[in-house]
Amino acid sequence: MKKNKKIKEDLSGRMIRIAGYLFISFLALSCLLPFLIMVASSFETEKVLVLEGYHLIPQKFTTYAYEVILQGNSEIVGSYVVTILLTVTGTGIGLFITAMTGYVLQRPDFQRRNKVSLFLFFTTLFSGGLVPFYLLMTRYLHLKNNYLAVLLPALISAWNIIMMKNFIRTSIPHSVSEAAEIDGASPFVTFIRLIFPMSKPALATIGLFIALGYWNEWYNSMLFLDSSVEFRPLQLLLYNLINRAEYLKNSLAGKNIQVQDLPLETVKMATAVLATGPIVMAYPLVQKYFISGITVGSVKG
Amino acid sequence: MESRDGAVPIGKKKEKKRSFRKWKTSMKKDMPFLIMCIPTIIFFLIFAYLPMPGIYVAFTNFNYNGGIFGSPFVGLDNLKFITLSGKLGGLIRNTVLYNLAFLVTSHVIQITIAILLNEVRNKKFRKLSQSFLILPNFISYVLVGLFGFAIFNSTNGILNAVLERFGNEGVQVYSNPGVWPFILVFVNLWKGAGYGSIVYFAALMGMDREMLEAAQVDGASTIQRIRYITLPSLKPTMIILILLSIGGILRGNFDLFYNMVGSSNVILHNSTDVLETYIFRAMTNNFQFSTAAAVSFVQSIFGFILVLTTNTIVKKVEPDYALF
Repeated sequence: MKKNKKIKEDLSGRMIRIAGYLFISFLALSCLLPFLIMVASSFETEKVLVLEGYHLIPQKFTTYAYEVILQGNSEIVGSYVVTILLTVTGTGIGLFITAMTGYVLQRPDFQRRNKVSLFLFFTTLFSGGLVPFYLLMTRYLHLKNNYLAVLLPALISAWNIIMMKNFIRTSIPHSVSEAAEIDGASPFVTFIRLIFPMSKPALATIGLFIALGYWNEWYNSMLFLDSSVEFRPLQLLLYNLINRAEYLKNSLAGKNIQVQDLPLETVKMATAVLATGPIVMAYPLVQKYFISGITVGSVKG
Repeated sequence: MESRDGAVPIGKKKEKKRSFRKWKTSMKKDMPFLIMCIPTIIFFLIFAYLPMPGIYVAFTNFNYNGGIFGSPFVGLDNLKFITLSGKLGGLIRNTVLYNLAFLVTSHVIQITIAILLNEVRNKKFRKLSQSFLILPNFISYVLVGLFGFAIFNSTNGILNAVLERFGNEGVQVYSNPGVWPFILVFVNLWKGAGYGSIVYFAALMGMDREMLEAAQVDGASTIQRIRYITLPSLKPTMIILILLSIGGILRGNFDLFYNMVGSSNVILHNSTDVLETYIFRAMTNNFQFSTAAAVSFVQSIFGFILVLTTNTIVKKVEPDYALF
């Protein structure tokens, strides 16, 4: 094999390889660049940012924006607590239910597995749409301004269950369950004692998907949590800040107030850093699972 | 009913009894499994199935106090209104065109990245570039919107700074509807290319090594190898991914459009409004629940028909690729 490589290194191959290095380096850089600019701008003075624009390295280094965010009764600490609580509970409960259902649906001795699968799969094809969902949540379940409105709808997804099902089917042989059940274990006990611990890689991947969903959640928060809620999830806080800052700026523009004195732009960037930081920090740790997860779970149900 | 009806022939009765007993024993066997499914079943009943009849709002003149079934029925008036006002046509056109553009561009670039990554032999470079490429997939669209504003705004935006550096005039991106299709396609690529390329790259990893070696021994050039072995081996993955997307071609990516464009930038709506954003605005800004539901109704029904049709056709042509 090594010999072959040496002999058959043709011109077109070398060109493609060089093009590959260049093209992919360019794309990788363009993916990274916005993050670098975001961090740099959060340490910039407001004046420089507004008048001179964005830089890769802060022209005048300051932590003023972070001080503004963190001083006093800071909203962001509450947001962190809410987001972390939502992410942890949501991922915990969601992952357990997803794994349990995925396990049951791949058991060949479960005769109604196709019926249940169809019941789940149908929801990915047809939905009532936003209006009935909104009315159900607010008018009938009375979840307006309740964190449950953010927690519950994102708990389970049919895709995750299908992925989990494929994982278990391909990685844990059915004889494991059979052996356990000959020894008198019920399917539930088999799942808890054997299958759950055995599917750690799958749990890590799908858990990551669910956790990421909760951390980045802003849509249901925006729909169901209004200003009477004291602590907003981080992404909603960021969303409000982006839009509220615009609003503030507009309303101040006509009043002869020095807009530059309010660090609006840098505060946005600093909040973005704080809201995204944990993900980017955790990223190297979970990246392995994430990539293997995309690879193994694949698409078909 | 059966028990009261004395005229039922005895044989049939027995058969009924037997099939009932069969059902009972199979039910007994399935019971532990069904119990384990209960949380999932309840979840989907409440959050997916319970809202479905609520689509009825599309045929009422909805008021919040009356609720879904207490509001006056108006028949097809809402559907007539959205169709005749021309709104619906434009929204469907935008949604479909955007999705088609997303579909084509993203698969082309994802496959290109996967193939180039496969040719690049330096493992460290592969790993590092993959982790950078997938980074945008990890962040929320709220942040994507903030990045967009940092790049495109006309006061201190990066784009204008670069243009002016090279002696060009700055542009007013947020009041120029014509450039938005390109921007949105670009941002969609940026956010999703890394993720998609890993799916394709995984398919390449599972490729037949022997065939590649045989081709090399026979003196195939790299281009020939890519053209006749690598690309065809990606076909099944590509077909399944595209089929999945075709079913969702009427579903706009709300997060992308809403965060990039903003909810109140009316100048851009002509070229950037998709079904999802319209439905959302109609409901939350203007409280036109009935109009929103009518648009939603059309979207759901046509989307559903589309999935079924594609699947039926695929099943006839190439049964292996059918989704269900």
